[in-house]
Amino acid sequence: MKFERFGLGLLKGMTVTLRNLLRHPTVNQFPEQRLNISRRTRGNELVWSRERCTGCGTCAKTCPQGAIVIETSVNMTDNKYEVDKYQVDTGYCIQCGLCVEACPYDALFMGYAFERAQYRRGDLVQSDDALLESPERPASGYYHPDVASKLPRQTLLVDKIVEKRK
Amino acid sequence: MTTTEMMTLKTEPFVLNFGPVHPSTHGVYRMRATLDGEVILDIEPVVGYLHRGIEKLAEERTFSGFIPLTDRLDYISPMSNNLAYCLAVEKLAGIKIPERGEYLRVIMAELQRLANHCVAVGSFLNDCGAYYTPFMYTFREREKIVDLFDMVCGQRLTYNYMRIGGVSQDIPEEFLPALKKLVKQLARFIEEYERLLKQNEILLARTKGVGILSRETAINCGISGPVARASGVAWDLRKADSYSVYDRFQFDIPVGEAGDSYDRYRVRIEEMRQSLRIIEQAMKDVPGGPVRAELPHLIRPPRGEAYGHLEAPKGELGFYIVSDGSIAPYRCHIRPTSLINLSALREMVKGWKVADLIAIFGSIDITMGEVDR
Amino acid sequence: MTFWPGNYWWHWLFYAAVIIVFVLLMVMGAIYFERRGLGRMQSRLGPNRTGPFGLLQPVADAVKVLLKENLVPDKADKLVHWLAPVVAFAPVLMIFAVIPFQNGALLADLNIGILFIVAVSSVATIGVFMAGWGSSNKYSLLGAMRNVAAVVSYEMPLALSVVATVLVAGTMSMNGIVQGQTIPYILLQPLGFLIFFAAGCAEINRSPFDLMEADQELVAGFHTEYSGMKFAMFYLVEYAEAIAISAIITTLFLSGWKGPWLTPWLWFIIKVFVVFFLMIWTRATFPRVRIDQLMAFAWKFLFPLALINLFVTAAQVLVWPDGLPWYVIFINFAIMGILILAWSKLFKLGLGRSEV
Repeated sequence: MKFERFGLGLLKGMTVTLRNLLRHPTVNQFPEQRLNISRRTRGNELVWSRERCTGCGTCAKTCPQGAIVIETSVNMTDNKYEVDKYQVDTGYCIQCGLCVEACPYDALFMGYAFERAQYRRGDLVQSDDALLESPERPASGYYHPDVASKLPRQTLLVDKIVEKRK
Repeated sequence: MTTTEMMTLKTEPFVLNFGPVHPSTHGVYRMRATLDGEVILDIEPVVGYLHRGIEKLAEERTFSGFIPLTDRLDYISPMSNNLAYCLAVEKLAGIKIPERGEYLRVIMAELQRLANHCVAVGSFLNDCGAYYTPFMYTFREREKIVDLFDMVCGQRLTYNYMRIGGVSQDIPEEFLPALKKLVKQLARFIEEYERLLKQNEILLARTKGVGILSRETAINCGISGPVARASGVAWDLRKADSYSVYDRFQFDIPVGEAGDSYDRYRVRIEEMRQSLRIIEQAMKDVPGGPVRAELPHLIRPPRGEAYGHLEAPKGELGFYIVSDGSIAPYRCHIRPTSLINLSALREMVKGWKVADLIAIFGSIDITMGEVDR
Repeated sequence: MTFWPGNYWWHWLFYAAVIIVFVLLMVMGAIYFERRGLGRMQSRLGPNRTGPFGLLQPVADAVKVLLKENLVPDKADKLVHWLAPVVAFAPVLMIFAVIPFQNGALLADLNIGILFIVAVSSVATIGVFMAGWGSSNKYSLLGAMRNVAAVVSYEMPLALSVVATVLVAGTMSMNGIVQGQTIPYILLQPLGFLIFFAAGCAEINRSPFDLMEADQELVAGFHTEYSGMKFAMFYLVEYAEAIAISAIITTLFLSGWKGPWLTPWLWFIIKVFVVFFLMIWTRATFPRVRIDQLMAFAWKFLFPLALINLFVTAAQVLVWPDGLPWYVIFINFAIMGILILAWSKLFKLGLGRSEV
């Protein structure tokens, strides 16, 4: 194996590294600078809407993991289904979003927040009112374009990259 | 004729275990190498540390419920896995996909090929010893691609985007302008990246002529993908057994000659360029319309079997599905690209040194999720 | 000319303290500088959270390492395992005894200064081999054997390029070499500089010759089985040797402490960091070589070039015995260019594959 280019290849590589030294690093200091995440993000949790849910159970049947448990009862006076318990085991969920796609009544959303870690595994099982939409559990726009249009635009790295030093 | 016969000292070979936990074995791969000093006499691979029983789990999920699990096979390029499975089911059930869905599939598959080759090339150069610098550069570009995927389907690694009959949702309006910017930046990036290490003498000395896989061995072992193309086998499923709408685009297939590690690296860089070409052509004439065929919620394909395959970034990925008319597959077998590509490792490595073992292993580009399923 | 304080033992005590403080501070500075420099070259920031601009990061590293449990493998040779870091570290400190920080400011102004350095720096290899052997681990043994082979191979070009510089300077005392540099010897001896840089990088296991502790192959080479303070010693040895080689290059080729306006020892530190930056730059860019390519590079490329360099320098010193004039610079650069081009064409690495 001969020195093909008499050492020029080595020097060319070094110029590339030097040029990268003088550029702006593509780094975000996380807790101080936050980027906007995707509008359709399939975040950590599910957001449920009690008004629109009818207890049909399509989401539970579609879930590949079986993470959704629904218990209903019949209300004979009003002639409708009552949803007694709607429980999601967030630890078992793989965030695939098939349940959101399956719901015929637009009652289910993926979560938008991602800093929702809990200290105990039992706390990951959420049911009923803990699943409603609230300021710390906003809904994401996955499969719901009207919700997605209200969320802020995602910051993209293709937009932020600068070749020259700032 | 071993090297010991030339010396008068008595030496004996010893066994060194490159354990499942190793900084450079691309996952949990274990090799027991018999070494004579630094020269490798034989290796014995031990796989199975990441076996999760995905083929068995397929029998308990519905046809569409299995798609999230295919994401986890080759976790560096999930779009291709999803697409391969959907192709197999669509072949079995005879489903036709709308035009816009086909074009979106092609764009996503080619973007995924770019992202995968970023990882492959970066890890290969890292294994050769360039202290994470090329790795960081290619991961920065992969970050841009993954941002686009995040915009479309909401996740950065397990996309679950392809559905049986099309894709899951339509692209948002800011996708195509961002894609245009990305294509320009990537084209410039590949030029600069080649200047970093393409003609570096140390890299040439390390990889040229090292780990040669001859054409006959490649064909006999069933190797596919960039590894085979670097050995001179001009076989690419996008041209040979064209699926989706690939026959409408013009692109070349880079083929190497020598079959050494350097050729595998060069073939991957050239494939990145060709993928950019396909994406540019596809972006221009994406038609309107629905992205997904109208299908029932739970699909029941007719009884029978089908094999759907495509050119995944690592090679030929295939799904063989047997259905008995119910909502779940009766049997789903996956043709694992990485396992079959790995079967040639022993031939490629004998006689080289320990440092070459890691470099050759990195140049084949495997993912243990696919090997062990 | 003696420097304050005048009495022999006071002088020794003062400079021993100065050297220890200097080495520790420079190593910390080198670790910080390398991590930030490598980070910027890789398009990311280095550490910037501990302390302002991350300046306390080496301190945090040291504290972390001190608090770790000291594991010794069961089948290891206990005495060898314990003694290895000490044997590796002591020679590095001794190198600094003859490096001048200022005019006449060194621990011992030996008149065989550079010979002392070449002799002492080889002893560190014994420490590395003890580490590899005493760990009862095949990975460590492989790393240690590679290290011994590399150091032995690269001693020859190192010594020969140093001899060429000594010929030009006329003295082996380090202080004398610095004082004799009216023109910095990097201009008069460009080939010698390149050879010394390459051989120095190989001796101290730095990229592109860092196969002794190749992360990707041998987990961590000869210091796989070390943890806690002993690992800190090896880490310290690696950076202290890098600083030592940079200091030697500064003294031999870049005219040591000479420079306008600033105090001389500040110039010295600046030049050491400039040479260290060159080492960081090569580490960020190049892949590593294989062991047989390493030895072939030493014996077939650097060693003949060093010999030819020595002959050419000797001829030049004979022609101009009162000191080389400035136009010799161009002659030397031309000779270097021709030699590298010609030898690259002739240099053949074997393919490296053995028949099995």
